[in-house]
Amino acid sequence: MDVGLLGQFVVNGMMLGMMYALVAVGFTLFFGVLDVIKFSHGDVLMVGTFAGFSTYLGMTAIGIDNAFLQLVGVLVIAIGSMAILGALIARYLVLPLKSAPPLNTLLVTLMLGTVLREAIRLFYPDGSNPKHFPALLPNDSWSIGSFTLRIDSAILLIGGLLVIIAVNVLINRTRLGLAIRAVAQDEETAKCMGINFKMIVLLTFALGSGVAAFAGVMNGLYYNEINFGMGLLLGVIGFSAAIVGGLGNIYGAILGGFLFAGLQTLGAVALPFASAYKDVFAFAVVIAIIAWRPTGLIAEKTSERV
Amino acid sequence: MTQSFKDKLVIAFLAVLGAAFVITFIAIEEQTEIFALLVLAAVLVVVSAKLGMTKTISECLSRNERLMNIAVIAATIVVAFWFHEDHFPLLMIATVLLYTITCCGLNMQFGYTGVVNFAGAAFFGVGCYTAAVMGGTSVPMILVIILGGIIAAFVGSILIIPVLRTRGHYAAVVTIAFGLLFRTFLEVNDTLGGPQGLGVSGMNLFGWDFNNGIELTENIEISFYMNYVILALVMVMLTFVLMRRIERSWIGLNFDAVRLDETAAACFGINIKRWKILSFTVGNFLAGTAGALYAMMLGFIAPSNFAFSDSLILVSIVLLGGMGSLWGTILAAGLVVLLPEKLQVIQEYRFLIYAAVMILILLFRPQGILPRGLRAYIPGWRG
Repeated sequence: MDVGLLGQFVVNGMMLGMMYALVAVGFTLFFGVLDVIKFSHGDVLMVGTFAGFSTYLGMTAIGIDNAFLQLVGVLVIAIGSMAILGALIARYLVLPLKSAPPLNTLLVTLMLGTVLREAIRLFYPDGSNPKHFPALLPNDSWSIGSFTLRIDSAILLIGGLLVIIAVNVLINRTRLGLAIRAVAQDEETAKCMGINFKMIVLLTFALGSGVAAFAGVMNGLYYNEINFGMGLLLGVIGFSAAIVGGLGNIYGAILGGFLFAGLQTLGAVALPFASAYKDVFAFAVVIAIIAWRPTGLIAEKTSERV
Repeated sequence: MTQSFKDKLVIAFLAVLGAAFVITFIAIEEQTEIFALLVLAAVLVVVSAKLGMTKTISECLSRNERLMNIAVIAATIVVAFWFHEDHFPLLMIATVLLYTITCCGLNMQFGYTGVVNFAGAAFFGVGCYTAAVMGGTSVPMILVIILGGIIAAFVGSILIIPVLRTRGHYAAVVTIAFGLLFRTFLEVNDTLGGPQGLGVSGMNLFGWDFNNGIELTENIEISFYMNYVILALVMVMLTFVLMRRIERSWIGLNFDAVRLDETAAACFGINIKRWKILSFTVGNFLAGTAGALYAMMLGFIAPSNFAFSDSLILVSIVLLGGMGSLWGTILAAGLVVLLPEKLQVIQEYRFLIYAAVMILILLFRPQGILPRGLRAYIPGWRG
């Protein structure tokens, strides 16, 4: 195969993997602190992207044309508003159902996802049609032989990597991260140690949702198109990735995200006669992996959940 | 007046009231009138609950189960024949009946054994596509319906290993992934019609062509959907008998034990895997049979009928009715199918409204509208 094409596949796969990993990290964080699955995660991502898009439109309307300023504005609004939305969801939907069967939490967030999706489709101006997301990053490119690397792709990859590293540092090196890990390990003991349980849960949900909003903006910048249904598939893929990697484990989420992207890319490359089947292939492999290692590739420390 | 005679009167009254309500509900077109009718029904329910009548009624019903079943069937037939000339109401009634069968299948999974299945629409779809593919062959159509169920159960058996080995969220993702996989597969697969879908030939029972209207006399002509309503009603009755028999047998007891506490059940020597496989397979079979008849009735199917949101609607019906509650399932199926068809205002917003209502139900009444009662070992026994 041509090197340039191969490189293109690699960059594309890495980009997908980065997005999936960012979504999966959210699932893993929520599961860590509360043992719940917040299925509206993908739709929160989509709403975040639309919030960013609206910010862009607003900034253009009041005359701010500088792409860098616009990018900062889009990111700040998208991440900030989704962090608030995430905390609200935790406060009003997830925490009240804490003692209910886990299926109810899963269902309530699934339904919330539908509400968000439908609300954007029905109430956002012309929301049922795809929107053109602006290219806010420089669009030069480097050429090495037949392989062309677009600068915006490189920036997005580096940005995604930085966010993942930042989340990792936050979880493993800071006081807040210590508190989150403590709550994840044992809620009762963490409370006894003076950790404000509710606050930590809300902060974790805010963090996860903010990361998802970042992934959504990344998705918009990369594909230059957003639509109301983009969250569902990203959410399911992120969920699968988190499960394949092993819920409650950040490295597992990252591994799962890149694995899924790798499978999709492999499906597109290796099945040239049927590249349309790449999602079918990727989901089939995910089901097979779950059947083979029900606790995920990096297993949870306790096996009671499975 | 003896107790049993009073019970019979109450049941007859309820059946007449129910039939009259459904007929009025389907017949009226004016949006404000429909709203008024719904508000009236809600007020009636609330008032009777406040007066303690619901408890009396439910006791009376549980004493006379056979009579109640007959009354409900009779009421359904009356409603169906009331609209014998109109295509659309009959189509709606048949749809409600077929959704009921599918959701009974899901109920066996969610409500009896606690196996989660978020791919209900996919198994329904397997039945539909079976009917589409087999419809052109010489296989008798009644066999095609059963075959739809068998193939759905067979496709479901692919998922048995991952579903058995996982629990809760992990099992949910297996079925969600399968649902998405199924739809994507149909959309990219050209032999099954791709995104455009397939046409399906109609039901034909021993030379009785379902897609022809019935002409009794010169003046009375019956819509061809009536055939489907009758067949669907028979299927609902069979499903109902099956579900009730299973629920009340030792199989049902085993199912409940598996759902309530797997560890304890295993300690008592209950083979968890066997019961999970059984309920998963039978549930998918039911969904498949309903799908096969649905496809024949519509005459045309496309992958967009089997999206993830449709699976969610099926789960909503189960949840709205109350996990494991058969009558609740029927009521919820009726509400979920009929309301958006009648209230044109909400047609566009129906997914949004379903989802919002589900959230409220989960927060404030997680047991559903007609929760499944504790096992009554003796009919009418008040413990």
